[in-house]
Amino acid sequence: MYAFNYQRPKSLQEAAQILAATAGAKILAGGQTLLPTMKQRLAQPECLIDLAALAELQRIALSGHALTIGAMVTHAMVAESADVKRVLPGLAAVAEGIGDPHVRNCGTIGGSLANNDPAADYPAAVLALGATVETSKRTIAADDFFKGLFTTALQSDEIVTQVSFPLPAKFAYAKFPNPASRYALVGVAVAQRGGEVRVAVTGAGSSGVFRVPAMETALKANFSAKALDGISVSPVNLATDLHADAAYRAHLIGVMAKRAVVALA
Amino acid sequence: MTTVTMTVNGRTHRADIEPRTLLVHFLREHLRLTGTHVGCDTSQCGACVVLVNGRGVKSCTRLAVACDGADITTVEGLATGDELHPMQAAFREHHALQCGFCTPGMIMAALDMIARKGTRLDENTIRKELEGNICRCTGYHNIVKAIQAGAAAMTGGVRQAAE
Amino acid sequence: MTTTGIGASVRRVEDRRFVTGKGQYVDDISRPGQSYAVFVRSPYAHANIKSINTAVASSAPGVLGVFTGADLANDRIGNLICGWAVQSKDGSPMKAGAHPALAQGKVRYVGDHVAVVIGETLAAARDAAELVAVDYEQIPAVVDLARAQESGQPQIHAEAPRNTVYEWHLGDKDAVDKAFAGAKHVTRLEIVNNRLIPNAIEPRAAIGEYDSGTQSYTLYTTSQNPHVARLVLSAFVGIAPEHKLRVVAPDVGGGFGSKIFIYAEETVCLWAARKVGRPVKWTADRTESFLADAHGRDHLTTAELAVDGNGKIVAMRVKTKANLGGYLSTFASSVPTYLYAPLLSGQYDIPAIYCEVDGVYTNTAPVDALRGAGRPEATFVVERLVEVTARQIGMDPAEFRRRNFIQKFPHQTPVIMMYDAGDYGTCLNKALELADYANLGKRKAESAQKGLLRGLGFSAYIEACGIAPSRAVGALGAGVGLWESAEVRVNPVGTVEVLTGSHAHGQGHETTFAQVVSQRLGIPIEQVSIVHGDTDKVQMGMGTYGSRSGAVGASAIFRALDKVIAKAKRVAAACMEVAEDSVDFNDGVFTARGTNKSMGFGEVALQAYVAHKFDPDQIEPGLKESAFYDPKNFTFPSGVHIAEVEVDPETGATRIDRWTAVDDFGTLINPMIVEGQVHGGIAHGVGQALLEGAVYDGNGQLLTASYMDYAMPRADNLPSFTVAMTNTPCPSNPLGVKGCGEAGAIAAPAALINAITDALGHEDVAMPATPMTVWRAAQRARVKQAAE
Repeated sequence: MYAFNYQRPKSLQEAAQILAATAGAKILAGGQTLLPTMKQRLAQPECLIDLAALAELQRIALSGHALTIGAMVTHAMVAESADVKRVLPGLAAVAEGIGDPHVRNCGTIGGSLANNDPAADYPAAVLALGATVETSKRTIAADDFFKGLFTTALQSDEIVTQVSFPLPAKFAYAKFPNPASRYALVGVAVAQRGGEVRVAVTGAGSSGVFRVPAMETALKANFSAKALDGISVSPVNLATDLHADAAYRAHLIGVMAKRAVVALA
Repeated sequence: MTTVTMTVNGRTHRADIEPRTLLVHFLREHLRLTGTHVGCDTSQCGACVVLVNGRGVKSCTRLAVACDGADITTVEGLATGDELHPMQAAFREHHALQCGFCTPGMIMAALDMIARKGTRLDENTIRKELEGNICRCTGYHNIVKAIQAGAAAMTGGVRQAAE
Repeated sequence: MTTTGIGASVRRVEDRRFVTGKGQYVDDISRPGQSYAVFVRSPYAHANIKSINTAVASSAPGVLGVFTGADLANDRIGNLICGWAVQSKDGSPMKAGAHPALAQGKVRYVGDHVAVVIGETLAAARDAAELVAVDYEQIPAVVDLARAQESGQPQIHAEAPRNTVYEWHLGDKDAVDKAFAGAKHVTRLEIVNNRLIPNAIEPRAAIGEYDSGTQSYTLYTTSQNPHVARLVLSAFVGIAPEHKLRVVAPDVGGGFGSKIFIYAEETVCLWAARKVGRPVKWTADRTESFLADAHGRDHLTTAELAVDGNGKIVAMRVKTKANLGGYLSTFASSVPTYLYAPLLSGQYDIPAIYCEVDGVYTNTAPVDALRGAGRPEATFVVERLVEVTARQIGMDPAEFRRRNFIQKFPHQTPVIMMYDAGDYGTCLNKALELADYANLGKRKAESAQKGLLRGLGFSAYIEACGIAPSRAVGALGAGVGLWESAEVRVNPVGTVEVLTGSHAHGQGHETTFAQVVSQRLGIPIEQVSIVHGDTDKVQMGMGTYGSRSGAVGASAIFRALDKVIAKAKRVAAACMEVAEDSVDFNDGVFTARGTNKSMGFGEVALQAYVAHKFDPDQIEPGLKESAFYDPKNFTFPSGVHIAEVEVDPETGATRIDRWTAVDDFGTLINPMIVEGQVHGGIAHGVGQALLEGAVYDGNGQLLTASYMDYAMPRADNLPSFTVAMTNTPCPSNPLGVKGCGEAGAIAAPAALINAITDALGHEDVAMPATPMTVWRAAQRARVKQAAE
């Protein structure tokens, strides 16, 4: 790891100020991706701004028809939260399936979204659920947030503060793990709310998480696995690597989408 | 240099360290607690798992400065004098270790598992919960048995000899 | 009788230190004033080094020294060696290129060692390593084993035209050709034995140290055989003579073969310690382990089996290309030849076998022994051929095996080996029963109801362990003898220290060897300690690999104990004033026959040291004996493993539902430890069959260089195993033991692939049978079924 300065601000305002004022500064959330990257000397931030002291980013709140999760809430906290398990159990299940138990004890939803790994689980859930990402500056709809591999709408001086999930009627996520990394080789999130259906896919796209309109339309008409018969996703924009080529990924999208729907039946 | 203070196995330590010092290196090199091991660079093998404020954490993926004020337990902090912790005893009783390198991380992962899932653990749960710990020697068969027995022995805090 | 003797599942003596975090692995050791080494490694698979500029790195803060191959050459440091000379079929010696510890003008794989930077701190060394400027001239890389011998391919070593190290063969070609010509049925398979990366969870590490006062060196290293390391570093590399070099291999976190070899890094740390006047420490990070630990397997094979009209095997023909990587590692040449082809007879009575093996250089990491070393490759060939043949001729695969099992022992195979004992039919029967083979059809139907394909696969393996009779391996080209040594030191109070040349890195020798002593001397195990892993303590030894420590290492202890008991009898006779031949020794007590006189073992030990009661002209004082044991034959563990899987044809995911292993390891010293070895071996073999595979791209870049891309078996990939034993004692060593550490890794791959192909209607599947691979095979099978 290269040397860096370390800051642990006491407030969001202070964090934002440091971020804006310091060249080469990076936010440290759970560190489960950033630190390994730095260890391998693939990243060289001059300053890390640790958000661990910001209690206001560590809350899970339920209000009316929305569940709000602070950016520094760990995957373990989401997985174990009685509120999440009651109103949005599918999201608790997503969190329970990220990484491994020790990664879940550290990794955060804000960190995951800001990193936007193309094989991460949360982006699919956030996109399918039509959540809103709130930052130190503004609110960003999920549809506008994810911009490609490891790329988001976040500006360099912007900090994710919380994510707000409108409560769906139904939500499930089915993941087929990469046999080595256990990240999603293909993960499909399916949400139904107010007659609308959204289907989001992670792990497969060569430019990150994406929606599948054909599936959404079919499920809107008939929310059943059978409705997905015959809908194929083109492999053209899907990723090919050691573990799966685009054709296999395209096939798995269909299988996992059906399994998510079946889980909701 | 940054000053950190943390409690490790019940003792408070204060040290000046570089911010880039990982928790595992702080434990191994500054405190000479070499029971916590490093087996990979990508946060997957789990040989470095310790408890930070009661939760299992990969100490190779945690900055020591970020643990300022934290309460840390490593494998060296489990036994009471010569008496092994029930989970340590279960690992020995069930031959859950061979080379011993992954063992500290396995034992700490088992304690984290019990903290979250309780002491009644079935085989599938244990296998799933061990996703973050790799063992090359045992094929996991005896690790699963040991964790099940060790957890049962921890019920009520009573140490029981495994069968 | 002691309860800690042979056959008892004694809980391990060594565990207390490991479960309390008190193990002492090399990286846990800190030497006063130690510095840190970081290696500059080649980013290219094949390149000439035009120049190396170390000036900037040398003057960077905290740097103690920067060294290259030129510095090694200036100090007349020798190259790394390959210790087994294999001849080609035309009688010519193998064509080996030089293997310098730091590159001399050329690099031959990604990760090859170009320079070393020694720093005050690891960070300083790492920072400076980035400042070493190497000017490379890239050469196209030879990566594809299938094409590496073609003319027109770049030549990796000038000494080896067509990148061919040897073209070796074994067996009677004419007899095989004749048998094939008259066969009723011939099965032919193209087999890829996938390349594995060892991945002991402890990365390799070394600390070199030089004492200028005594002009002697110490090397702390992650080694399975510290004495062999000392021998090579002294006699061949030439850093220091043996009496001025101490090698310590303390607790070692798994080896699996990968820590047998004498690598560049420990060589350089030892040498550099004198150059910088400080201890030099190096610990691999996992990426380095992936790049530069010797890999395993990597064969391309065409295999054929000929059977007659009665379902009897009449001949086997095998042609293998073995990838040896960019350099020949310590034992690389022997693994795909003498550790492979002699096992091709399996458990079967095969009249004629012919095997050809080409050893081939490629621009990849060196390939050497990995758990099983040649025997997993042989077993995979045999057990795939046998399974596919049974399916093709429409015979039950268990019945086909039974029909061809060797029935009489000793049995001379056509490929060197003389099997001494075995009972293959009993083993198979027991496995069939435990696996509930009779109800497989019912279980298949139940799986089908869930949309899943169930399959069952056998693997009836044999291995040659207890490596090895020195004269025999010497005749085949080995550079060393493969005996083992033991020294038994009885203290005056009757406690015992045993010094062994075997090295434990997970095997539990501190327990099992002590059990042998406990049994023979009739003393509790608590009175015994086992000392190993330090050349200053143990005089000489050959180390631990090839499942040899029980059969050879413990046999050496057994022989030394014979001598201890004989000497103690003489002391006891003198003390009891009786004739020596009237003294019996049982359960720790010496008795004088026909009298009521007796002495305990401890009493006799004390008298041996007090030396008051015997004539020093007749009996030397003290009680300490040693033995070098050279085995008469290999041992031949065997067994039957049965895997049962459920394949999800929609995703290609394979779930192992059941695993039944029935092994014959002869006498068991500690059944608990033996079962543990079987479990670990199965997991390793499952890894090969289902998950693991090193992949290089066309430029020789390793794509599977971390756990993100190299799939290791984890707890949820495996079931709990059903493990049982049959016990046919080995007649060729005093304990009757055979060796158990590699069996699972040898048996498992074929069992699993046989199970998956059974599930897929006999469609072939390559290893590793990843979900994508299995899904594609399921697709092919579906198309074929539709066409039928």
